[in-house]
Amino acid sequence: MAETLLFNALREAIDEEMGRDNTVFVLGEDVGVYGGSYKVTKDLYDKYGELRVLDTPIAENSFTGMAVGAAMTGLRPIIEGMNMGFLLLAFNQIANNAGMLRYTSGGNFKIPMVIRGPGGVGRQLGAEHSQRLEAYFQAVPGLKIVACSTPYNAKGLLKAAIRDDNPVLFFEHVLLYNLKEDLPNHEYIVPLDKAEIVRPGKDVTILTYSRMRHHVMQAVKGLEKKGIDPEVIDLISLKPLDFDTIGPSIQKTHRVIIVEECMKTGGIGAEIIASINDRYFDELDAPVVRLSSQDIPTPYNGKLETLTIVQPKQIEAAVENMVALKV
Amino acid sequence: MVQERTLPQFQAPPAQISPEDGLVLYEDMVLGRYFEDKCAEMYYRGKMFGFVHLYNGQEAVSSGVIKSLRADDYVCSTYRDHVHALSSGVPAKNVMAELFGKETGCSKGRGGSMHLFSSEHNLLGGFAFIGEGIPVALGAAFQSRYRRDALGDASADQVTACFFGDGTSNNGQFFECLNMAALWKLPILFVVENNKWAIGMAHERATSQPEIYKKASVFGMPGVEVDGMDVMAVRAVAQEAIARARAGEGPTLIECLTYRFRGHSLADPDELRSKAEKETWLARDPIKRFEAYLLEHNLADEGALKEVRDRIQTRIDDALTFAEDSPEPSPDDLYKYIFAED
Repeated sequence: MAETLLFNALREAIDEEMGRDNTVFVLGEDVGVYGGSYKVTKDLYDKYGELRVLDTPIAENSFTGMAVGAAMTGLRPIIEGMNMGFLLLAFNQIANNAGMLRYTSGGNFKIPMVIRGPGGVGRQLGAEHSQRLEAYFQAVPGLKIVACSTPYNAKGLLKAAIRDDNPVLFFEHVLLYNLKEDLPNHEYIVPLDKAEIVRPGKDVTILTYSRMRHHVMQAVKGLEKKGIDPEVIDLISLKPLDFDTIGPSIQKTHRVIIVEECMKTGGIGAEIIASINDRYFDELDAPVVRLSSQDIPTPYNGKLETLTIVQPKQIEAAVENMVALKV
Repeated sequence: MVQERTLPQFQAPPAQISPEDGLVLYEDMVLGRYFEDKCAEMYYRGKMFGFVHLYNGQEAVSSGVIKSLRADDYVCSTYRDHVHALSSGVPAKNVMAELFGKETGCSKGRGGSMHLFSSEHNLLGGFAFIGEGIPVALGAAFQSRYRRDALGDASADQVTACFFGDGTSNNGQFFECLNMAALWKLPILFVVENNKWAIGMAHERATSQPEIYKKASVFGMPGVEVDGMDVMAVRAVAQEAIARARAGEGPTLIECLTYRFRGHSLADPDELRSKAEKETWLARDPIKRFEAYLLEHNLADEGALKEVRDRIQTRIDDALTFAEDSPEPSPDDLYKYIFAED
């Protein structure tokens, strides 16, 4: 067991996969000589050379499309979006090519690639650097979408994403890079399509992902003192959603609260509610509640920024209300 | 207002070709022409749907470039991709079946006219949006260099030919990818098919520097202007660029001055191009011109050329029968091919 920071867990995943498969390579802005803007690719340039850790010009759409072409012809690229918001500039190649091309080609080509990088609301980074793009991409067919939340799952999920034969969007959170955890010394893989039951419970199902998992667990401390026993599920996989895990939990608790950093309108939570209504409406004792970010560009001001995203106290209050059937 | 670019005087290349290679080029051009004429017929008879962009008039480009490639080289096309697919070796019957939306189509009926693919023939697409194929082609070229220089595979000397139109040369991906290709000396040919019109936008109205090949110079890349109605001329510049790419000397930008004889697509009323302009270019028909060349240089006689045309006509007829008789995809397979496991 070794205590590892989340960014180092990601780095270990990339290093191990590059070592075991020489078709795996990294590309993006400042991934090489600079070592990655959050040091996820530190020292890999020295170890693997400039073609396998390729510093690209600032040309997001083109280097993303280049990765698609490389993947179609047998390589396994890992794109680092220096900030995931920048990938809006690559939306065309991600949606039209990475996502749809296997289908439109009638199965002629596989596109094994990973697009990873930091996103989410950081500390006063301003609107453009504080985006949560997962909802924008969830409508694109052919993409798998995962969000890591701990050093353990970050490493295991990234290794799985690199080995997957499909395009995987891999979301990291800027404020989680310095989380520490003891990681196993042996190799392990975490499946891309499985949610994680963080805390079993019986009173209410809390569905969350990425950094909000930690806000939820803070709220749970207060709830436990009040005798409330919530079940917390970290979705991990945002596409496809793991209803094999979500479903039995709803059948047990009959109440659902979604806690997300995503925008409320058109967000991941919106999709989850619709899916729950499709599948488990009869199981619900109360309407599903979603706690999401405000539908505004993230403000720079610290106080306003805090108000934009869901805080542990709000989660605690919402769960208390729901359990008391005061929803 | 803008001034139309006058067609430059081209020096006839000191072309040499064997009778066999001459017939290969001729057959490929005739195949492209007959195939597209049949598409127009089928479209107007309501058997083919969607946007169908025909290649008539531009055959010298596809044949001149792609027939100069090796079978293991890569081709990346645009939405005007039928003839690039044919030149790449995708059987006409599988291209026709794709246009009929059949399971036997080269993209299993899921792609259609603008999304032709064949992994077997290293045809990377079939891209419907302007410029999105250029980065993909760049990726294939990067892959060749990666295999050779990062993985030490000396046999990895495949070249990628990337086709696009004059309209695309105003797009960001064009500049971004030329930059990266030159920076990393990637084995790629950027082949601009300048047919003067981006649907209804005349090239001169959209482009501050209409001579696209000159844009290569700022990237330190060779840029060549060639008569895109002369297959021998296209072939000559393509061979030189391919040799350079294969030797690890990097990319070339080739601007082929050509013309589409039909509208942008079969849905285009084609009202903007003047009769005089069309007649000028029709008189430069690359197939008639190459016929004359072959006869003049005693590389083929009329009988041999007719034999080629008859053979191609039969192949087109067979392709049509195959497409018509082929099954449609099964509704059970609606979700097939979304993911690699499907």
